[in-house]
Amino acid sequence: MSILILAEHDNSALNPATAKAVAALSSLDAPIHVLVAGHDCRSVADETATLAGVDKVLLADNPVFANGLAEPLGDVLLELAPDYSHIAAAATSFGKNVMPRVAALLDVMQVSDITKVVSDTTFERPVYAGGAVQTVEATAEKIVLTIRASAFDEAQRGGNAGVETVSFVPAAPKTTFVSREAARSEGPDLATAKIVVSGGRALGSAEQFNALLGPLAEKLGAALGASRAAVDAGYAPNDWQVGQTGKVVAPDLYIAVGISGAIQHLAGMKNSKVIVAIDKDPDAPIFSVADYGLVADIFEAVPELTKAL
Amino acid sequence: MKILVPVKRVLDANVAVRVRPDGSGVELANLKMSMNPFDEIAVEEAIKLKEAGIASEVIAVSIGPVQAADTLRSALAMGADTAILVKTDIAVEPLAVAKILKVLVERQSPDLVIMGKQAIDDDANQTAQMLSALLGWPQAMFASQVTIDGGKATVTREVDGGLETLEMPLPAVISTDLRLNTPRYASLPNVMKAKKKPLEEIEADSLGVSLAPQLKVLNTAEPPARKPGSTVGSVAELVEKLKTEARVL
Repeated sequence: MSILILAEHDNSALNPATAKAVAALSSLDAPIHVLVAGHDCRSVADETATLAGVDKVLLADNPVFANGLAEPLGDVLLELAPDYSHIAAAATSFGKNVMPRVAALLDVMQVSDITKVVSDTTFERPVYAGGAVQTVEATAEKIVLTIRASAFDEAQRGGNAGVETVSFVPAAPKTTFVSREAARSEGPDLATAKIVVSGGRALGSAEQFNALLGPLAEKLGAALGASRAAVDAGYAPNDWQVGQTGKVVAPDLYIAVGISGAIQHLAGMKNSKVIVAIDKDPDAPIFSVADYGLVADIFEAVPELTKAL
Repeated sequence: MKILVPVKRVLDANVAVRVRPDGSGVELANLKMSMNPFDEIAVEEAIKLKEAGIASEVIAVSIGPVQAADTLRSALAMGADTAILVKTDIAVEPLAVAKILKVLVERQSPDLVIMGKQAIDDDANQTAQMLSALLGWPQAMFASQVTIDGGKATVTREVDGGLETLEMPLPAVISTDLRLNTPRYASLPNVMKAKKKPLEEIEADSLGVSLAPQLKVLNTAEPPARKPGSTVGSVAELVEKLKTEARVL
C-alpha cells in the first residue's frame, strides 16, 4: 500500500489544503508521496518535503503544468498510478477539477470530499449538503479520494523527504489557458483563516457589505465570507461563498452577519468551533447552529462590536 | 450544433433531509423530487445558445427510474427539443453515469455536453470530469460564463482564487456553476407542448455498461448535532462571552 497526493500550489507556495490532505492520510500505515507538478516550482517541492509524514516528493516541472490544467495533471497522475494504492488531493476547486479524470481512466469511482478516514478502504463523507453522513467502503483495487481540508489539521513541518524528478511529459492539452482574475482579497485566506466574518443579503449592497464588515474583519484579522444570496446579489465575489457548493470552512470563530442560514449555507460552516450569529429575525435558522446569537439590527450592532474589540 | 444536457432527478432542494433510523439511507418515499438545480442551469444555458442561433438542437438525458421522465418533461418544457430516458432502478454511481453518457454521445454526436457541476444529493462533483476524460474531450468545469464562437468555447470558471478563463475547441464538456444564469420557469403553454415532444426510452442494461456499484454504503447517519447555544442581550455581553467563555478573542 502506498499513497500519492497531488499538491496544489501557485508555482511559488504550497496551498495549506495539501498539508491537510497529507495529515488526513497519515493515519494509514503507508508511505506518502506528494506530486508537485508545475513550472519553475522547485521551491514548492522543497517546501513540501518539509511536511511531516511525507516520504518522497515527486517533482514534475514543465510549462505544460504551469496553469494547473486538469488534462495534463490527470495524465501524469495516471502515468504514476501503477505504483500506488491510493491517489488523493484536497477537495478544493483544483482537486475537484482533476481527480475524477484519474478515477474514470482507472475505471474506479472517486470517493469525494471525505471528512474522516475510518480505514484504508472506508471513509466518511457528507451528502445532501451535510444533512447526512455516509460511511462508504471502496471495493475497487485502486482508491481515488478527494479530502475535505477543513475536516483535518494541517501536517506539521519538520520532515525531510527527498525530491525526485518525474520525467514524464504529457501531450499538450487541447485547452488553452487564457487568464486568471484574482478576487479582491486583503487579509487571510478564507479556507484557512482562524476567524471568518461572513455577510448575507441583509447587508443590502456591496458598499454596505464592505463598510460594515471590512473594519470588523480587519480588527479581528479575519477573512471575509458571504452567503450565496450575497454573492448572487453582487455584494461579494464568488470565491467568498461559504456553503454546499462554495467553500467549506471550519474556523475557530465564525461570525454570521445578516445571514438567515439556509441549509446550503450551514453546510459550509456548521463545523466551525464557535459560531456567532447577528440578525434581526429571531426565527432565522442560523440561530439554531449559533453558540451565541444576538438578535439586533446589524447596522447598529456590527459597528458597536467593531468598536468594542 | 447539437447540445446534450444530462439532468438528474433529486430530492427537491427545499425538502428537509431525514435519515432513516436504521442507517440504511435517507427517506425519499413520497417526497417532492425535482431536477437537480445545477442541471437546470445547464438546460437554461443550452436553450440560450439555441435562442442565440448557435445551437440547433438540445437533447436532454436522464438516467434513473421511470419517474425521471418527469424531470425530462421539465427540461422539455424549459425548451429542450428531445429527451432520452435511460431506465434503471439501480442507484447508478457517477462513473457508470459517465460511461452511459459516453455511449449516448457516440450515438448522438453532440458538439457540446453541458451539465451540472454536482448533484445536490450525493454532492460527488465528478460526472462531468469523468465524461470528459472518457471521451478525450476538453473540460471546462464550474463555468460562470460560456461563449461559443467559430467551433471554440471560451469559458470562465469559478475557482478558489477568483475566476479563470480557458479556451478550447469543440467538442467539449462544460459543467455549470451557480452564477452562469438564472433558469427560467416553464410557462403553462410550454408545459403542455412538452408533453408532445419526443421522449425516447432506453433500458440501461442494453448499453453494455456495468451498473454494479463500486462503493458500498455501510451506513448513513445524522450529522453530529451542535450543542445548543444561547442568545445574548447585547454586544457587550457577546464580547464578554467570546473572551471569557468561548475564549476565542
